Amino acid sequence: MNTSSANLAVSTYRDRKRYAWILSVLVPAFMGSGALLVLLSGDARAAWLPVIFIYCIVPLLDIVLGEDQSNPPESAVPALEADRYYRYITYASAPILWISFILSVWFLASHELPWHARVALILSAGLAGGFGINLGHELGHKNNALERWLAKIVLAPTGYGHFFIEHNRGHHRDVATPLDPASSRMGESIYAFIQREMPGALQRAWRIEMERLARCEQPVWSLHNEILQPALLTVLIWSGLLLWLGFGALPYMVLIAFWANFQLTSANYIEHYGLLRKERAPGRFEVCQPHHSWNSNHIFSNWIVFHLQRHSDHHAHPTRRYQSLRHFENLPQLPNGYVGMFLICYIPPLWFYLMDPRVVAQSQSDTTRINFQPGKQEYLMHKFGLERS
Amino acid sequence: MSIYRCPECGYQYDEAVGDTHEGYKPGTKWLDLPRDLTCPDCSIRLRDEFLVVEFAGIKKPA
Repeated sequence: MNTSSANLAVSTYRDRKRYAWILSVLVPAFMGSGALLVLLSGDARAAWLPVIFIYCIVPLLDIVLGEDQSNPPESAVPALEADRYYRYITYASAPILWISFILSVWFLASHELPWHARVALILSAGLAGGFGINLGHELGHKNNALERWLAKIVLAPTGYGHFFIEHNRGHHRDVATPLDPASSRMGESIYAFIQREMPGALQRAWRIEMERLARCEQPVWSLHNEILQPALLTVLIWSGLLLWLGFGALPYMVLIAFWANFQLTSANYIEHYGLLRKERAPGRFEVCQPHHSWNSNHIFSNWIVFHLQRHSDHHAHPTRRYQSLRHFENLPQLPNGYVGMFLICYIPPLWFYLMDPRVVAQSQSDTTRINFQPGKQEYLMHKFGLERS
Repeated sequence: MSIYRCPECGYQYDEAVGDTHEGYKPGTKWLDLPRDLTCPDCSIRLRDEFLVVEFAGIKKPA
């Protein structure tokens, strides 16, 4: 492409998804509005609307609206990345997620409700918190102070501030290797994975931050510690809510935070299942390529998660902003969007039935490209007729 | 003093400036950084994959 046609591409390119990204604010806000729906309608059953929307309507919309493989032309990407509109959408989400956490805890702790409405409110507030982690993820990848601070603030209500370090400095370095507690292995169920993922993430984040603080000659127990900064915010918001609402609020806060953080576990579980980077030398793996992540191009669920499902491009180019993430041909593809795949992975036999053949196909039957669960390798190799490569 | 750049995300390490947030004081030589250093911004490139932008004050020709 010569310069004049490149200029033409920039001037004529219109991002058709530009206004669709508002859904990445509206849907999380809807998740956090269960309490408002009950208050306004006077009917406790209204608490189920956000839960039904996410777990039934979104997977259906993904089937009906299908996939989108369009990419912005490379020449338009600098302008797209510089366009502040896309950033304002992420900034606007931050207060909404804080408000939804406070509103949900207040409503649960101070209102008479049937048990099923309590379940629904915990699930929907947890889902809102899960979207909060997704927002913290998008913000945390940026190299400026404002977005990094917003990431810590957004992660605080559910007590997952360490994710900011764990994800950027740990997961991205170790992704799709046996070293990574946030990459799931072929034959590993999500219930086995969570026991490795949740503690492993905290330990790795702590280790990375300790090394940095030691190099900086700064004390561990100080505000220089970027794990303690958001943790202190968590302590502030949680103790504030307990002082206001009493200790009866504590179980709700714990359950909501767990369900929120479990959304991250679910995403980590499906994003790299069974995929393995080749080991070039002991402990040294090939650079992360697009085929080391599972993708989903399903248009609706991408609109509500800031393109997170275009995960291959994200891992190959981690500082790219959400609006410019691309689809590539011949990549590992998930059969539905993330929400649909979450539901499937909660039923491990169904997940293995759908995904194990895809892992084998993606590896082209090369066992050095499959991240096996220890103890399951022989069984899986026999089942799929694989030879040790 | 030399300057090195991450081939993935464009992060630059200038020996004269260092990177105080990462604990590398101004004047810290590239070869004195940890061998297993990953790019502070994108984390996916290692120290020996970085490109030379300027070596001993001489800019690499474009």
